[in-house]
Amino acid sequence: MPPDSSPAFGPPDPSAPGRAIQPTLLELFLAFAGMSLGGFGGVLGWARRSIVDQHRWMTAEEFNETFALCHILPGPNIVNLSFVFGSRFGGIAGGVAAFAGLIGPPMVIATILAGLYTRYGDIDALRRALAGVACAAVGLLIAVVLRMMMPLIRKRDAMGMLILVAVFVTIGIFKLPLQAVLLVGIPLSLVMSYFVRMRGQT
Amino acid sequence: MNGTGQIWTLISTFGLMSLFAVGGANSAIPEMHRVAVDINHWMTDRQFADVFAISQLSPGPNVLIVTLIGYSVAGISGAMAATLAMCGPTAILAWYVSRLLARSTTSRWPAIIQAALVPLSIGLMGASALVLARTSDVSWTATMITIVAAVLATATRLSPLWMMVAGGLLGFAGVI
Repeated sequence: MPPDSSPAFGPPDPSAPGRAIQPTLLELFLAFAGMSLGGFGGVLGWARRSIVDQHRWMTAEEFNETFALCHILPGPNIVNLSFVFGSRFGGIAGGVAAFAGLIGPPMVIATILAGLYTRYGDIDALRRALAGVACAAVGLLIAVVLRMMMPLIRKRDAMGMLILVAVFVTIGIFKLPLQAVLLVGIPLSLVMSYFVRMRGQT
Repeated sequence: MNGTGQIWTLISTFGLMSLFAVGGANSAIPEMHRVAVDINHWMTDRQFADVFAISQLSPGPNVLIVTLIGYSVAGISGAMAATLAMCGPTAILAWYVSRLLARSTTSRWPAIIQAALVPLSIGLMGASALVLARTSDVSWTATMITIVAAVLATATRLSPLWMMVAGGLLGFAGVI
Protein backbone atom coordinates (compact mmCIF):
# COMPACT_ATOMS: atom_id res chain seq x y z
CA MET A 1 0.00 0.00 0.00
CA PRO A 2 1.46 3.44 -0.86
CA PRO A 3 2.31 5.39 2.27
CA ASP A 4 0.18 8.37 1.31
CA SER A 5 -3.10 6.49 0.82
CA SER A 6 -5.74 7.87 3.10
CA PRO A 7 -7.80 5.40 5.15
CA ALA A 8 -10.97 6.43 3.32
CA PHE A 9 -9.76 4.80 0.11
CA GLY A 10 -8.02 1.83 1.67
CA PRO A 11 -9.61 -1.48 2.60
CA PRO A 12 -12.45 -1.23 5.14
CA ASP A 13 -11.13 -0.77 8.63
CA PRO A 14 -12.21 -3.87 10.54
CA SER A 15 -12.13 -2.05 13.85
CA ALA A 16 -14.52 0.68 12.68
CA PRO A 17 -17.66 0.70 14.82
CA GLY A 18 -20.94 -0.49 13.34
CA ARG A 19 -19.33 -2.59 10.63
CA ALA A 20 -19.37 -6.38 10.65
CA ILE A 21 -15.89 -7.71 11.26
CA GLN A 22 -14.47 -9.31 8.13
CA PRO A 23 -12.15 -12.19 8.86
CA THR A 24 -9.21 -12.79 6.53
CA LEU A 25 -8.62 -16.20 4.94
CA LEU A 26 -5.91 -16.98 7.48
CA GLU A 27 -8.16 -15.96 10.36
CA LEU A 28 -10.91 -18.23 8.99
CA PHE A 29 -8.49 -21.14 8.69
CA LEU A 30 -7.08 -20.64 12.19
CA ALA A 31 -10.47 -20.12 13.84
CA PHE A 32 -11.89 -23.33 12.37
CA ALA A 33 -8.71 -25.27 13.11
CA GLY A 34 -8.95 -24.07 16.71
CA MET A 35 -12.59 -25.06 17.18
CA SER A 36 -11.97 -28.40 15.51
CA LEU A 37 -8.97 -29.33 17.67
CA GLY A 38 -10.50 -27.89 20.84
CA GLY A 39 -13.91 -29.31 20.08
CA PHE A 40 -13.41 -32.71 21.52
CA GLY A 41 -16.65 -34.71 21.56
CA GLY A 42 -18.70 -32.39 19.39
CA VAL A 43 -17.44 -29.35 17.58
CA LEU A 44 -20.78 -27.51 17.52
CA GLY A 45 -20.53 -25.91 20.97
CA TRP A 46 -17.04 -24.69 20.25
CA ALA A 47 -18.06 -23.37 16.87
CA ARG A 48 -20.86 -21.33 18.42
CA ARG A 49 -18.54 -19.95 21.09
CA SER A 50 -15.84 -19.03 18.60
CA ILE A 51 -18.04 -17.54 15.85
CA VAL A 52 -20.67 -15.77 17.96
CA ASP A 53 -19.07 -14.93 21.31
CA GLN A 54 -15.37 -14.68 20.66
CA HIS A 55 -15.03 -13.30 17.13
CA ARG A 56 -18.54 -11.80 16.72
CA TRP A 57 -18.61 -12.79 13.08
CA MET A 58 -22.31 -13.68 13.35
CA THR A 59 -25.18 -13.02 15.72
CA ALA A 60 -26.65 -15.96 17.60
CA GLU A 61 -29.72 -15.94 15.31
CA GLU A 62 -27.63 -15.94 12.15
CA PHE A 63 -25.61 -18.82 13.53
CA ASN A 64 -28.75 -20.83 14.40
CA GLU A 65 -30.24 -20.25 10.95
CA THR A 66 -27.05 -21.28 9.20
CA PHE A 67 -26.70 -24.34 11.39
CA ALA A 68 -30.36 -25.36 10.89
CA LEU A 69 -29.79 -25.30 7.15
CA CYS A 70 -26.63 -27.39 7.43
CA HIS A 71 -28.46 -29.79 9.70
CA ILE A 72 -31.28 -30.59 7.26
CA LEU A 73 -28.82 -31.15 4.45
CA PRO A 74 -26.98 -34.49 4.35
CA GLY A 75 -23.38 -34.99 5.38
CA PRO A 76 -21.29 -33.93 8.35
CA ASN A 77 -23.18 -30.85 9.61
CA ILE A 78 -20.30 -28.91 11.03
CA VAL A 79 -18.24 -29.46 7.89
CA ASN A 80 -21.11 -28.11 5.81
CA LEU A 81 -21.31 -25.15 8.17
CA SER A 82 -17.61 -24.36 7.76
CA PHE A 83 -17.92 -24.10 3.99
CA VAL A 84 -21.16 -22.10 4.03
CA PHE A 85 -19.81 -19.79 6.73
CA GLY A 86 -16.42 -19.23 5.10
CA SER A 87 -17.92 -18.56 1.68
CA ARG A 88 -20.15 -15.88 3.16
CA PHE A 89 -17.05 -13.84 4.01
CA GLY A 90 -14.48 -14.81 1.44
CA GLY A 91 -16.36 -16.41 -1.46
CA ILE A 92 -15.13 -19.85 -2.55
CA ALA A 93 -11.66 -19.14 -1.16
CA GLY A 94 -13.15 -18.33 2.25
CA GLY A 95 -15.18 -21.53 2.15
CA VAL A 96 -12.13 -23.58 1.30
CA ALA A 97 -10.07 -21.87 4.05
CA ALA A 98 -12.66 -22.63 6.75
CA PHE A 99 -13.22 -26.17 5.41
CA ALA A 100 -9.47 -26.85 5.34
CA GLY A 101 -9.07 -25.49 8.86
CA LEU A 102 -11.84 -27.69 10.22
CA ILE A 103 -10.84 -30.89 8.41
CA GLY A 104 -7.09 -30.60 7.82
CA PRO A 105 -5.48 -30.66 11.29
CA PRO A 106 -7.75 -33.38 12.77
CA MET A 107 -7.30 -35.42 9.59
CA VAL A 108 -3.53 -35.33 10.09
CA ILE A 109 -3.94 -36.43 13.72
CA ALA A 110 -6.37 -39.20 12.78
CA THR A 111 -4.01 -40.42 10.06
CA ILE A 112 -1.11 -40.58 12.55
CA LEU A 113 -3.33 -42.50 14.99
CA ALA A 114 -4.39 -44.83 12.18
CA GLY A 115 -0.72 -45.47 11.39
CA LEU A 116 0.04 -46.22 15.03
CA TYR A 117 -2.97 -48.52 15.19
CA THR A 118 -1.84 -50.43 12.09
CA ARG A 119 1.60 -50.84 13.64
CA TYR A 120 0.71 -51.55 17.26
CA GLY A 121 -2.94 -52.58 17.04
CA ASP A 122 -2.08 -56.19 17.80
CA ILE A 123 -0.63 -55.43 21.21
CA ASP A 124 -3.01 -57.06 23.63
CA ALA A 125 -3.12 -54.28 26.25
CA LEU A 126 -3.94 -51.68 23.58
CA ARG A 127 -6.70 -53.83 22.12
CA ARG A 128 -8.24 -54.28 25.55
CA ALA A 129 -8.10 -50.54 26.27
CA LEU A 130 -9.64 -49.66 22.88
CA ALA A 131 -12.39 -52.21 23.42
CA GLY A 132 -13.21 -50.46 26.70
CA VAL A 133 -13.23 -47.06 25.02
CA ALA A 134 -15.55 -48.39 22.31
CA CYS A 135 -18.01 -49.69 24.93
CA ALA A 136 -18.15 -46.30 26.64
CA ALA A 137 -18.42 -44.46 23.31
CA VAL A 138 -21.42 -46.61 22.33
CA GLY A 139 -23.04 -45.63 25.62
CA LEU A 140 -22.45 -41.95 24.80
CA LEU A 141 -24.07 -42.42 21.40
CA ILE A 142 -27.10 -44.08 23.02
CA ALA A 143 -27.37 -41.07 25.34
CA VAL A 144 -27.39 -38.70 22.36
CA VAL A 145 -30.16 -40.75 20.71
CA LEU A 146 -32.22 -40.71 23.92
CA ARG A 147 -31.79 -36.97 24.32
CA MET A 148 -32.87 -36.38 20.71
CA MET A 149 -35.91 -38.64 21.15
CA MET A 150 -37.26 -36.77 24.16
CA PRO A 151 -38.99 -33.93 22.20
CA LEU A 152 -40.77 -36.50 20.00
CA ILE A 153 -41.98 -38.41 23.06
CA ARG A 154 -43.04 -35.24 24.84
CA LYS A 155 -45.03 -34.07 21.81
CA ARG A 156 -46.55 -37.58 21.49
CA ASP A 157 -45.46 -37.48 17.87
CA ALA A 158 -46.71 -40.95 16.86
CA MET A 159 -45.86 -40.45 13.20
CA GLY A 160 -42.31 -39.41 14.00
CA MET A 161 -41.84 -42.36 16.32
CA LEU A 162 -43.20 -44.73 13.65
CA ILE A 163 -40.68 -43.46 11.12
CA LEU A 164 -37.91 -43.57 13.71
CA VAL A 165 -38.63 -47.20 14.57
CA ALA A 166 -39.02 -48.19 10.91
CA VAL A 167 -35.58 -46.76 10.07
CA PHE A 168 -34.04 -48.32 13.17
CA VAL A 169 -35.37 -51.79 12.30
CA THR A 170 -34.63 -51.75 8.56
CA ILE A 171 -31.09 -50.39 8.96
CA GLY A 172 -30.07 -51.66 12.39
CA ILE A 173 -31.65 -55.12 12.42
CA PHE A 174 -32.22 -56.11 8.77
CA LYS A 175 -29.11 -54.22 7.64
CA LEU A 176 -30.70 -52.96 4.44
CA PRO A 177 -28.63 -50.51 2.37
CA LEU A 178 -28.91 -46.87 3.51
CA GLN A 179 -29.78 -45.54 0.05
CA ALA A 180 -32.67 -47.98 -0.43
CA VAL A 181 -34.21 -47.18 2.95
CA LEU A 182 -33.89 -43.41 2.55
CA LEU A 183 -35.16 -43.33 -1.04
CA VAL A 184 -38.40 -44.73 0.36
CA GLY A 185 -38.24 -43.12 3.80
CA ILE A 186 -37.53 -39.49 2.91
CA PRO A 187 -40.45 -38.99 0.46
CA LEU A 188 -42.78 -40.87 2.81
CA SER A 189 -41.75 -38.80 5.81
CA LEU A 190 -42.00 -35.56 3.80
CA VAL A 191 -45.52 -36.33 2.62
CA MET A 192 -46.62 -37.31 6.12
CA SER A 193 -45.19 -34.24 7.84
CA TYR A 194 -46.64 -32.02 5.10
CA PHE A 195 -50.13 -33.33 5.77
CA VAL A 196 -49.70 -33.18 9.53
CA ARG A 197 -48.77 -29.50 9.16
CA MET A 198 -51.68 -28.78 6.81
CA ARG A 199 -54.12 -30.40 9.20
CA GLY A 200 -52.65 -28.45 12.09
CA GLN A 201 -53.37 -25.18 10.27
CA THR A 202 -57.06 -25.77 9.50
CA MET B 1 -7.60 -54.87 -6.44
CA ASN B 2 -4.77 -52.41 -7.20
CA GLY B 3 -4.11 -49.17 -5.30
CA THR B 4 -5.76 -46.77 -7.74
CA GLY B 5 -8.81 -48.98 -7.98
CA GLN B 6 -9.14 -48.96 -4.22
CA ILE B 7 -8.88 -45.18 -4.09
CA TRP B 8 -11.68 -44.88 -6.61
CA THR B 9 -13.79 -47.36 -4.68
CA LEU B 10 -13.28 -45.25 -1.54
CA ILE B 11 -14.16 -42.02 -3.35
CA SER B 12 -17.31 -43.38 -4.98
CA THR B 13 -18.42 -45.23 -1.83
CA PHE B 14 -18.06 -42.32 0.57
CA GLY B 15 -19.00 -39.62 -1.93
CA LEU B 16 -22.34 -41.35 -2.50
CA MET B 17 -22.77 -42.25 1.17
CA SER B 18 -22.32 -38.64 2.31
CA LEU B 19 -25.33 -37.55 0.25
CA PHE B 20 -27.45 -40.00 2.25
CA ALA B 21 -25.93 -39.22 5.66
CA VAL B 22 -29.04 -37.51 7.02
CA GLY B 23 -28.21 -35.92 10.35
CA GLY B 24 -24.44 -36.24 10.10
CA ALA B 25 -21.65 -38.78 9.99
CA ASN B 26 -22.91 -40.83 12.94
CA SER B 27 -26.07 -41.64 10.97
CA ALA B 28 -24.03 -43.41 8.32
CA ILE B 29 -22.19 -45.78 10.66
CA PRO B 30 -24.41 -48.82 9.87
CA GLU B 31 -23.77 -48.21 6.18
CA MET B 32 -20.02 -47.84 6.80
CA HIS B 33 -20.07 -51.11 8.72
CA ARG B 34 -22.04 -52.84 5.97
CA VAL B 35 -19.66 -51.61 3.26
CA ALA B 36 -16.36 -51.99 5.13
CA VAL B 37 -16.98 -55.24 7.02
CA ASP B 38 -19.79 -57.19 5.32
CA ILE B 39 -19.32 -56.36 1.64
CA ASN B 40 -15.70 -55.39 0.97
CA HIS B 41 -14.04 -57.14 3.94
CA TRP B 42 -11.74 -54.17 4.43
CA MET B 43 -11.69 -54.84 8.17
CA THR B 44 -13.04 -57.19 10.83
CA ASP B 45 -15.85 -56.44 13.25
CA ARG B 46 -13.27 -55.95 15.97
CA GLN B 47 -11.19 -53.54 13.89
CA PHE B 48 -14.33 -51.55 13.08
CA ALA B 49 -15.07 -51.17 16.79
CA ASP B 50 -11.43 -50.12 17.40
CA VAL B 51 -11.57 -47.55 14.60
CA PHE B 52 -14.78 -46.12 16.04
CA ALA B 53 -13.11 -45.85 19.45
CA ILE B 54 -10.06 -44.07 17.99
CA SER B 55 -12.25 -41.65 16.03
CA GLN B 56 -14.14 -40.74 19.20
CA LEU B 57 -10.89 -40.25 21.12
CA SER B 58 -9.25 -37.96 18.60
CA PRO B 59 -10.20 -34.28 18.38
CA GLY B 60 -12.34 -33.00 15.53
CA PRO B 61 -15.69 -33.82 13.97
CA ASN B 62 -17.22 -37.33 14.08
CA VAL B 63 -16.61 -37.77 10.39
CA LEU B 64 -13.00 -38.76 11.13
CA ILE B 65 -13.99 -42.43 11.35
CA VAL B 66 -13.96 -42.24 7.55
CA THR B 67 -10.32 -41.10 7.61
CA LEU B 68 -9.42 -44.19 9.63
CA ILE B 69 -11.36 -46.56 7.36
CA GLY B 70 -9.69 -44.99 4.33
CA TYR B 71 -6.26 -45.43 5.91
CA SER B 72 -6.84 -49.09 6.60
CA VAL B 73 -7.76 -49.63 2.93
CA ALA B 74 -5.11 -47.60 1.11
CA GLY B 75 -2.79 -45.82 3.54
CA ILE B 76 -2.36 -42.06 3.66
CA SER B 77 -3.83 -41.43 0.21
CA GLY B 78 -6.79 -43.60 1.15
CA ALA B 79 -7.32 -41.57 4.32
CA MET B 80 -7.33 -38.31 2.39
CA ALA B 81 -9.49 -39.62 -0.45
CA ALA B 82 -12.14 -41.03 1.89
CA THR B 83 -12.28 -37.88 4.04
CA LEU B 84 -12.56 -35.47 1.12
CA ALA B 85 -15.15 -37.68 -0.62
CA MET B 86 -17.26 -37.75 2.55
CA CYS B 87 -16.97 -34.00 3.22
CA GLY B 88 -16.59 -32.27 -0.14
CA PRO B 89 -19.81 -32.98 -2.08
CA THR B 90 -22.18 -32.16 0.78
CA ALA B 91 -20.26 -28.99 1.68
CA ILE B 92 -20.69 -27.77 -1.89
CA LEU B 93 -24.36 -28.79 -1.84
CA ALA B 94 -24.88 -26.85 1.41
CA TRP B 95 -23.16 -23.81 -0.08
CA TYR B 96 -25.35 -23.99 -3.19
CA VAL B 97 -28.59 -24.37 -1.23
CA SER B 98 -27.69 -21.57 1.18
CA ARG B 99 -27.25 -19.25 -1.80
CA LEU B 100 -30.63 -20.30 -3.20
CA LEU B 101 -32.34 -19.76 0.14
CA ALA B 102 -30.74 -16.35 0.60
CA ARG B 103 -33.07 -15.12 -2.15
CA SER B 104 -36.30 -16.56 -0.73
CA THR B 105 -36.35 -16.77 3.03
CA THR B 106 -40.11 -16.78 3.50
CA SER B 107 -40.61 -20.38 2.44
CA ARG B 108 -42.05 -22.78 5.01
CA TRP B 109 -40.38 -25.74 3.34
CA PRO B 110 -37.27 -25.71 5.53
CA ALA B 111 -39.45 -26.28 8.61
CA ILE B 112 -41.37 -29.14 6.94
CA ILE B 113 -38.19 -30.76 5.68
CA GLN B 114 -36.65 -30.50 9.11
CA ALA B 115 -39.70 -32.04 10.78
CA ALA B 116 -39.56 -34.89 8.26
CA LEU B 117 -35.83 -35.56 8.60
CA VAL B 118 -35.40 -35.41 12.38
CA PRO B 119 -37.10 -38.80 13.05
CA LEU B 120 -35.14 -40.37 10.20
CA SER B 121 -31.82 -39.16 11.56
CA ILE B 122 -32.63 -40.29 15.11
CA GLY B 123 -33.60 -43.73 13.78
CA LEU B 124 -30.32 -43.90 11.87
CA MET B 125 -28.29 -42.94 14.93
CA GLY B 126 -30.16 -45.52 16.98
CA ALA B 127 -29.24 -48.10 14.35
CA SER B 128 -25.62 -46.89 14.60
CA ALA B 129 -25.68 -47.50 18.33
CA LEU B 130 -27.12 -50.99 17.79
CA VAL B 131 -24.55 -51.96 15.15
CA LEU B 132 -21.70 -50.69 17.32
CA ALA B 133 -23.08 -52.35 20.45
CA ARG B 134 -23.15 -55.66 18.58
CA THR B 135 -19.46 -55.32 17.70
CA SER B 136 -18.30 -53.88 21.06
CA ASP B 137 -20.46 -55.41 23.76
CA VAL B 138 -19.01 -58.90 23.52
CA SER B 139 -19.41 -59.73 27.20
CA TRP B 140 -21.63 -59.05 30.17
CA THR B 141 -19.18 -56.54 31.67
CA ALA B 142 -18.72 -54.77 28.33
CA THR B 143 -22.49 -54.29 28.11
CA MET B 144 -22.48 -52.91 31.66
CA ILE B 145 -19.87 -50.28 30.70
CA THR B 146 -22.07 -49.18 27.79
CA ILE B 147 -25.17 -48.95 29.98
CA VAL B 148 -23.39 -47.03 32.74
CA ALA B 149 -21.90 -44.58 30.21
CA ALA B 150 -25.33 -44.05 28.64
CA VAL B 151 -26.94 -43.39 32.03
CA LEU B 152 -24.16 -41.06 33.20
CA ALA B 153 -24.21 -39.10 29.94
CA THR B 154 -27.99 -38.73 30.13
CA ALA B 155 -28.24 -37.85 33.81
CA THR B 156 -25.05 -35.86 34.50
CA ARG B 157 -22.95 -33.20 32.81
CA LEU B 158 -19.77 -35.24 33.16
CA SER B 159 -17.40 -34.76 30.21
CA PRO B 160 -17.58 -37.60 27.65
CA LEU B 161 -13.78 -37.71 27.73
CA TRP B 162 -13.74 -39.03 31.30
CA MET B 163 -16.18 -41.80 30.50
CA MET B 164 -14.08 -42.95 27.56
CA VAL B 165 -10.91 -42.78 29.68
CA ALA B 166 -12.66 -44.82 32.38
CA GLY B 167 -13.82 -47.35 29.77
CA GLY B 168 -10.29 -47.58 28.41
CA LEU B 169 -8.82 -48.14 31.88
CA LEU B 170 -11.39 -50.84 32.67
CA GLY B 171 -10.60 -52.52 29.37
CA PHE B 172 -6.87 -52.24 30.03
CA ALA B 173 -7.37 -53.81 33.44
CA GLY B 174 -8.91 -56.80 31.68
CA VAL B 175 -12.45 -56.37 32.99
CA ILE B 176 -14.12 -56.89 29.61
